[in-house]
Amino acid sequence: MTIVIGSAMDIVTHCKVPRYLHNDLPLGNPLGAPDDRASHRYSLLKAFAMTDATSPLVTVSDLRWPGDPDWKSVYNRIDDSNRDQLLKMGEENRRKRAENKAQGLTR
Amino acid sequence: MAADFIPYMERTRLYYRAQGFTRDYVWATHDDTPFHTLKKPLNTCRVTLITTAVAHPEIPKPVRKAESIPFSEVPDSFLTDELSWDKETTHTDDRESYFPIESLTALIDDGVIGSLADRFHFIPTQYSHRATIDEDAPAIARACIEDDVDVALLVPI
Repeated sequence: MTIVIGSAMDIVTHCKVPRYLHNDLPLGNPLGAPDDRASHRYSLLKAFAMTDATSPLVTVSDLRWPGDPDWKSVYNRIDDSNRDQLLKMGEENRRKRAENKAQGLTR
Repeated sequence: MAADFIPYMERTRLYYRAQGFTRDYVWATHDDTPFHTLKKPLNTCRVTLITTAVAHPEIPKPVRKAESIPFSEVPDSFLTDELSWDKETTHTDDRESYFPIESLTALIDDGVIGSLADRFHFIPTQYSHRATIDEDAPAIARACIEDDVDVALLVPI
């Protein structure tokens, strides 16, 4: 039996998985904020509670991010401050991919 | 109140377009959802973890494959820098926040679950659906069967 614990509702539900515990937290700490052992335990208990399900199930945890309340606007933000930098990142990414391919580093 | 989950697929599409990529990534989806019920009490179940955090960073990213690694060899810290997560808002210095081995051990001590399996599993975040669906996922499934795993917790960063 598989239980997914994550923080990307759209991607996981698009994929379709048997049991998904959604923690609405920044990507990086799916169990809870760093060093918050009570939250990590809480998430595991929530996940194991889903073992009783008899059909595919999505559970949304009530854990909340304890830091910046505006955290949801940060990830992959695009604005005038980073447009040029993003284009450079893309060029570097494409150069690296071509280099890997030339070296046979591909699956 | 309506849920305000971050639309990661849409944000990611826009983010890569802003980097000059012309073809949008297509996320995996399946027609059917595989589903199994538990055949025995939870407090007798053997549990494992599946992580996207990198245990062996010496292997180049493009050719990383699924690995099944003894829990006795869990690194103190995994490589997470190459993965996509919110590096402005948080950090991954606390391994437990994505690989909760101490919390799982405590739940064994408390009688909530039975035991940990011998091995945990690394699933690489490959661009290729084929690599994940045809090779990595079956390899991990086989390893879980070999280890008599009852419950696998898949915790992608």
